[in-house]
Amino acid sequence: MRQAIVLNAQDNVATAVANLEKDTVANVAFPGGTNAEVVIVENIPYGHKFALREIKAGEAVIKYGEVIGLAMADIPAGAHVHIHNIESQRGRGDKQAI
Amino acid sequence: MQEHFWGYLRPDGRVGTRNHVAVLACMDNVNGVVRGIASLVKPVLPITIWYGRGQFGADARLIERTLIGLGSNPNIASVLVISLEPVSANKIAEGIAATGKRVEVLNVQGSGGSLNAIYQGVRSVLPLIQEAGLMRREKFSLEYLTVGVECGGSDTTSGIASNPCVGYVADRIVDAGGTVILSETSEFMGAEHLLAKRAATPELGERIIRAVARIEEDAKKRGVDIRGANPVPDNIRGGITTIEEKSLGAIAKGGSRVIQDLLEFAQKPTRRGLNLMDTPAPACESMTGLAAGGANLILFSTGVGNIVGNPIAPTVKITGNINTIKSMPDNIDVCVDGIIDGRETLEEAGERLLKEMLEMASGKLTRAEVLGQEEIAFNRIEPTV
Repeated sequence: MRQAIVLNAQDNVATAVANLEKDTVANVAFPGGTNAEVVIVENIPYGHKFALREIKAGEAVIKYGEVIGLAMADIPAGAHVHIHNIESQRGRGDKQAI
Repeated sequence: MQEHFWGYLRPDGRVGTRNHVAVLACMDNVNGVVRGIASLVKPVLPITIWYGRGQFGADARLIERTLIGLGSNPNIASVLVISLEPVSANKIAEGIAATGKRVEVLNVQGSGGSLNAIYQGVRSVLPLIQEAGLMRREKFSLEYLTVGVECGGSDTTSGIASNPCVGYVADRIVDAGGTVILSETSEFMGAEHLLAKRAATPELGERIIRAVARIEEDAKKRGVDIRGANPVPDNIRGGITTIEEKSLGAIAKGGSRVIQDLLEFAQKPTRRGLNLMDTPAPACESMTGLAAGGANLILFSTGVGNIVGNPIAPTVKITGNINTIKSMPDNIDVCVDGIIDGRETLEEAGERLLKEMLEMASGKLTRAEVLGQEEIAFNRIEPTV
């Protein structure tokens, strides 16, 4: 039974489709019907993302084969990827020089 | 196999999936009269609005286009238009009457106050309701569908299952010669380059990019992070992290075909096939634009759950989130969680959704209709002065 889904072969994140627990191995479904196992290093709630490989600070986070934001910190493989460690690059009026 | 649905042919050649007699307020100060009539006469569709009085410039045009568009929607057989004074009521009524449907007008100042207006209104809609009862559904192909595609209460399952499933049906409708409208401009942000590539002309592609840039510039002008509004807190709880991620999932509900036009809020499409409409993202406003543009049905994809539908265009709720199916079962019409766990292919789920949609287009009520979870919200540009 698949526990996470990767939507595009270029993605560096997967989406959990079950609640995944720290220190377990998740069955990840890739496009084209292949599967792989990823060690989960922190609890990942249903619907949330984790890194498929290490993502360095400043590196693009890729989902759907497209950039969904930039990593604000180094994210190890199997770690939770969400608002605490990636940032949107769009609609950021708060970042304008005053 | 030739898919079809059963609908009501209107004098302007469009086809309704419902046969409402509407009582339409032109401004907020007559909402009580609309409710009064609806409380005395059972089978009418009351449409109350906010604002409408004393609008000027672009807002006046926007509200007028929206009111005329809603009244003209083919799901409405006939309309009683109500305003405080005759000038505004007549203008809206004339716009709706251009479709050939029967329109009655009531102005409260000329009727002797609210009680008399309610009695007059009841007498006006009585024959309209009797007449509507004689209208019969006929068989039509998908060519006669104008389907709005909407998402609300999105999470990451929306981008994996429900939006692609709606997109599959959108492609089927477009391929059969029908019309699909994809709205919610701020949810093109981060995916607009993909939409622009699918535009019928390079000029249209530029317009799509500019429509998104306008929202982004607005956020910058106001000095705000758009994340304060989009993604909303329940999107984030559902695993969506950025507007880019939300948009890339959201545009999937428009399918994959060529984009024919970018419509203004409440504008009627002139080209068949896939159209975009420039609307705000919140569902009530966006769906009001879609219904005013002539959508005779809306496919509404949700993740963590959003209960609201449009009162004029029956709204079919679809989710792929197993937790929502369990926690809000009364509000979900079609479950597509099989796409996520692999029990069902996208094509299988899409064909099932198409079949269910055609039943609802033919008169099966949606859950939002039965439960009365429906609302209208008008889009505005600037504050009233």
